[in-house]
Amino acid sequence: MNDAMSLGIHRLWKDMLLHVMHPQPGVRLLDVAGGTGDIAFRFMEYVRSQQERQQRRAARSMQTPSWEDISTNYTNEDVEESKESRAVVCDINKEMLKVGKEKADSMGISAGLSWVVGDAEELPFDDDQFDIYTIAFGIRNVTHIDQALQEALRVLKPGGRFMCLEFSKVTNPVLARLYDAYSFQMIPVLGEVIAGDWKSYQYLVESIRKFPDQEEFKGMIEDAGFYCVQYYNLTGGVVALHSGFKL
Amino acid sequence: MRSTIRKVTTMWLTVGKPLQRLNQRYGLTCTVCVRQLHSSATQFTDSSYDGLYPGHIHTTPVQKALLAVGSGVAALQNPYRHDMVAVLGETTGHFALINLRDRMRNDPEGYAILTERPRIRLSTLDLNNMATLPDGSFGREYLRFLEDNHVTPDSRADVKFVDNEELAYVMQRYREVHDLLHTLLGMPTNMLGEVAVKWFEAAQTGLPMCTLGAVLGPLRLNARRLQSLFTSLGPWALKNGQQSRCVLSIFYERRWEQSVEDLRQELNIEPPPVTLSATKKGST
Repeated sequence: MNDAMSLGIHRLWKDMLLHVMHPQPGVRLLDVAGGTGDIAFRFMEYVRSQQERQQRRAARSMQTPSWEDISTNYTNEDVEESKESRAVVCDINKEMLKVGKEKADSMGISAGLSWVVGDAEELPFDDDQFDIYTIAFGIRNVTHIDQALQEALRVLKPGGRFMCLEFSKVTNPVLARLYDAYSFQMIPVLGEVIAGDWKSYQYLVESIRKFPDQEEFKGMIEDAGFYCVQYYNLTGGVVALHSGFKL
Repeated sequence: MRSTIRKVTTMWLTVGKPLQRLNQRYGLTCTVCVRQLHSSATQFTDSSYDGLYPGHIHTTPVQKALLAVGSGVAALQNPYRHDMVAVLGETTGHFALINLRDRMRNDPEGYAILTERPRIRLSTLDLNNMATLPDGSFGREYLRFLEDNHVTPDSRADVKFVDNEELAYVMQRYREVHDLLHTLLGMPTNMLGEVAVKWFEAAQTGLPMCTLGAVLGPLRLNARRLQSLFTSLGPWALKNGQQSRCVLSIFYERRWEQSVEDLRQELNIEPPPVTLSATKKGST
């Protein structure tokens, strides 16, 4: 359904989130409203490829080691295990988590993933737990966005990063007209034809319009206590990627 | 608009963890799950709904055109998607519905139906009483049809995209009369029976959806059935569709005791040339 509505572009948006995040091996990710695990899977893949890259670099720099170096490094190989990255997927909806878990099992990426039921306004985690907090296309459905932002601040470690992918305002007026026409004419029709559910998709487009725009949301993130808040517009503003740090 | 959002919200609440405070003004309370949820989304109480009738969804001409194309494609790909067949009928049937409504108005019994608006549902039918009626009576044969083919009158989708309250009722009546038509014509719910009924309906109502079904339905029949369709069943269905009285104008709910033969004569319908038996796996 997401593929039909966004013509597959939602995959690029999520890839962009990971690219900007640029996670290194050993970080802990909390993906809120992550339901079916799209971000978490991409995170595990990214970190795995980063780890391979680091190992290759390390191997290259040790092309001609002395016998002494080889023997010391041989015993140190076990230390690599502690660099294992962990991702926690949190969602208010158990059914979505179930689907995500099944997807993970079928893809073979279950190591390092946890699936937790929780409410973004009241997360079931202790303070200062995570390096990165992401919420992709979930925050517009939270009733009290400021509470969700405060919870994000609470569970992040000092130096941790908050990242949010969400639908936002299109700046270009021509593109805005086209986008509105597509949203209101096409999306509910797609919902009816593919999923047999007009009303949910009508709600979807309306909730996108009700969400604050890029600057306003940036202000909300700053009010919650994040620093160095910035946003990137994707696809002309259809989606905005907001990022802030807990310092 | 707000009531719609409120209703969708109550739907989400059954899925997610119940929240302590519900913000009445904004009404957006739960995480969105972009998946299909069941028919709880379309159950609206009669007293509070957005639109001309319960279940009505306003659509622009562009949306109707897109729906017609999309539902047509979806119905062709998967003929068991009755909701798509229904949507196709609603979006393409405007002129045919007007024609049907005018025919009903000009008939005294049809006019009574338009004013009284009877609905054929399990809750409105007295099945026990119908079971006691003699064999050959319309009510008894209808009950037999329901049992033999394992169908229920409640499986008809509600009308959503017709922008006139009276025409929406005509459409709903057409859907509910479909099963009764099977009984009148003596056709079971297998593919051949359904196609025969569609030919009759196409000739009678002129609904584009019926015409489409009548043209494309035969593509799924094997050679023997095709032969039966083109030589005997088809011409019979077409001829009777054209010559019979408007089937929507009959107050079936008051005619359960009438015999099927009598009813057929009154409607100017000949008995079927071939007797078809109901298959065990009947498709509605």
